[in-house]
Amino acid sequence: MSQSDQSCWTHLQALEAESIHILREVVATAERPVMLYSIGKDSAVMLHLARKAFYPATLPFPLLHVDTTWKFPEMYAQRDKLAAEPGIELLVHTNQEGVRDGVSPMTHGAAVHTDIMKTQALKQALNEHRFDAAFGGARRDEERSRAKERVFSFRDAHHRWDPKQQRPELWNLYNGRVRKGESIRVFPLSNWTELDVWQYIHLEGIEVVPLYLAAPRPVVERDGLLIMRVDERLPLLPGEQPSIESVRFRTLGCYPLSGAVRSDAATLPEIIEEMLRARASERQGRAIDHDESASMEKKKREGYF
Amino acid sequence: MSESAFDIEDYLEQHRNKELLRFVTCGSVDDGKSSLIGRILYDTQQVLDDQLEALGRDSRKFGTTGDVPDLALLVDGLQAEREQGITIDVAYRYFTTERRKFIIADCPGHEQYTRNMVTGASTADLALVLVDASSGLQQQTRRHTYLVHLMGIRQLVVAVNKMDLVDYQQHTFDKIEQAYRRFANQLGVEGLTCIPVCALNGANVSRAAEEMPWYEGSTIVECLEQADIDELRSSHQPFRFPIQYVNRSSNDFRGYSGTLASGQVRRGDAVTALPSGKTSSIREIVSYDGSLEQAHAAQSITLRLEDEIDLSRGDWLVHANELPRVAMAFDARMVWMSERPMLPGRQYDLKLTSIDAPVTPEFIHHRVDVNTLEHHPAEQLALNEIGYCRLRSSRELTFDAFDRLPHSGSFILIDRVDNSTVGAGMIVRPVSSDHDDRPEHVTWHEMGISKRARAQQKAQRPTVLWFTGLSGAGKSTVANALEQALFKRGHHSYLLDGDNVRLGLNRDLGFSDDDRVENIRRIGEVSKLMADAGLVVLSAFISPFRADRAMVRELMEDGEFIEIHIDAPLEICEQRDPKGLYAKARAGVINNFTGIDSPYEPPLDPDVVIDTEKLSIDECVDELLVYLKQRGVLIG
Repeated sequence: MSQSDQSCWTHLQALEAESIHILREVVATAERPVMLYSIGKDSAVMLHLARKAFYPATLPFPLLHVDTTWKFPEMYAQRDKLAAEPGIELLVHTNQEGVRDGVSPMTHGAAVHTDIMKTQALKQALNEHRFDAAFGGARRDEERSRAKERVFSFRDAHHRWDPKQQRPELWNLYNGRVRKGESIRVFPLSNWTELDVWQYIHLEGIEVVPLYLAAPRPVVERDGLLIMRVDERLPLLPGEQPSIESVRFRTLGCYPLSGAVRSDAATLPEIIEEMLRARASERQGRAIDHDESASMEKKKREGYF
Repeated sequence: MSESAFDIEDYLEQHRNKELLRFVTCGSVDDGKSSLIGRILYDTQQVLDDQLEALGRDSRKFGTTGDVPDLALLVDGLQAEREQGITIDVAYRYFTTERRKFIIADCPGHEQYTRNMVTGASTADLALVLVDASSGLQQQTRRHTYLVHLMGIRQLVVAVNKMDLVDYQQHTFDKIEQAYRRFANQLGVEGLTCIPVCALNGANVSRAAEEMPWYEGSTIVECLEQADIDELRSSHQPFRFPIQYVNRSSNDFRGYSGTLASGQVRRGDAVTALPSGKTSSIREIVSYDGSLEQAHAAQSITLRLEDEIDLSRGDWLVHANELPRVAMAFDARMVWMSERPMLPGRQYDLKLTSIDAPVTPEFIHHRVDVNTLEHHPAEQLALNEIGYCRLRSSRELTFDAFDRLPHSGSFILIDRVDNSTVGAGMIVRPVSSDHDDRPEHVTWHEMGISKRARAQQKAQRPTVLWFTGLSGAGKSTVANALEQALFKRGHHSYLLDGDNVRLGLNRDLGFSDDDRVENIRRIGEVSKLMADAGLVVLSAFISPFRADRAMVRELMEDGEFIEIHIDAPLEICEQRDPKGLYAKARAGVINNFTGIDSPYEPPLDPDVVIDTEKLSIDECVDELLVYLKQRGVLIG
């Protein structure tokens, strides 16, 4: 996106410049930064912004994928393609204890699976590499408790988030100071909305996992969610028969927990058009947020991203 | 958006050209602020079905609106606060209209949360202030207005909410508007719009209210769509580029990355690095999308220079003809944000643009009572207190005055032990080493008769009318005529004239830059004493430097200092040359003469401009009298 035209400084240019400022600020001040890479659309945008921020240099930090082993095959393909690019250092971490204990969304439920394979796994990786700053692609418009999240979100030595201990953030002066063991989670996309993200992906021609675009896929309907049957690990219930439907995903995570939406939007403009008419928020497709409306706040206190 | 007329390509094109406006909302606990924001989100279709469903559930559990969904719950986030029914932290919300994208910093109205207010205001272009029509202006409304003004916000929209509770009566609204304008005038707030609304049913939020046919102005959403957006992007502002990060992608590439704080830069521009003073020129403006010919404020770019000068994070690049201040000490307005008070003598880490440096508050000139705006002596600043302080570093710092360039005049202080952000500051002026001594064992004595009592007895408010302008512009003439008019009307005033002061009090001072600063400082102090006596003080001095006038403004309580620019072009002043001084300056007989071989910095945002080329003396006086009445300086 060219920024040279002074007469028209658009909101996307303003958001892009703000994000680049944040990315550079962390790299200039943190000792061991890392970027959490979830393979989703927000990660794709964040990665694109990072390339811009440090051009012509390659990324001055590694990417970290916390792998629950339950992602969609298309996601792994996208990740491995990225990892093969020159100048990209991609770390993959899986909670091996969880694997050994056979933790899965089916046997342990969404909440336990997410805690062990995501939250605990993330903490293990951050501790192991002693990262003191971690970029995440979360946005404030995603969920109510995110609306108060800082751009630089302070976590104590146990990775806990305490709403009362957050630092005031004034102007564009961010305080990323930490003592040994403490860390900062940084959200360069804080002020972006879902619509901004798609607009930007469209404008910049950013590659995203094809699952975001509608295609005929085998799905089963459970608890109001359309679940795609990716492999044999998702056992069919008695009498259940996957049907082929034209669906797409608004958010991507572990496949048994990611609900698809029925859609014929097979191009980016069609997605944007559909979103303008949509009457449901993107997190609705996440099984993990369904229990009660303050659940995100609870998870964050425990160290969830 | 009708189904058939919708063209996605048109929409995408339109959407990519939207601007971004950031605003802050403030109001007291019961003004209905959350309801108003909820209403705006709802009306601009930001609320989706699953959120509405959750809202329905929550309304039954926590709501205060009976069977109607409680829109306030859309924006009240954290569990704890929802249970207590108050918002306790800044929350950010987003919505889009046909014309703009908006970011709302939703600030809590609770007494203790000055800190959050200030945080939310720091990034805003505009403030939306809530007033409850059924209870009128509150102490908090005044405090919030003062805070957003302190933070440099120059556009205010006042939503007089709950008009349904006062039967949509015009006179109730008019009364509140008048009272608010009176108060805002005292502060020097100018860009002000008042709108009668009812958040509950959406009247004048995004739809013109049929309930109030007497109101013909804009709705809140219209007003937000028309507001000005950050004028700092304007090319008239000086170029400021604090280096944030040095990009060394290879041996032969060294780029300086950062965000333009103000102004613009072009390829080929000569630039000066500060604080070193080294010079070079711009070889390339690097961006991922190709080299740029120019860049403007708020862009995040990378600059390559023609010469190998060694620069690092915290250095600035500027144009040599528009230098910022470089000094080891400065005076600043501070807002304290920590439970542990600010103590003079204690060291903190300063973060100012990309500069990191230890600083020590030396002393507190005064603390401001945010309710009365009075100045009080202070030995420390406690949580949520505001003070005017002197800070000193052990090295030279580069900065601007906040009022002129907020992005390069604002800073935070960080506690060196626990790393928390403890204070926010706005720089008023640099302090040079000569005139900054302060007696250690002398403190201000409060007298038995207060300043207000003295002024009330004289049917006036204590005020300093500061006339600034070129020699020969007519400062003394207009000030004299105005004083006579005040005297005739029974007001108590005193005129301080440049020449008279130099013959006595300031006989030891010459015309060097340092002496000019000291001259103005002393006059400022004398004006302050006279204002304390309840007088209307008229000070007529060239006072060519903005920083000095800002220094006098800071000595006074908020609203007491009125800057009057007596404006006439240099040619006219030179023709008039009442004392023959221009002729002498041109002949080289006198040096450092303002306008000839010494600069005059005109006020950027004067309270009054008097054009003596166009107006007669009587007209000047009339204009000033009207202004002083309107501003509440002259009572009766």
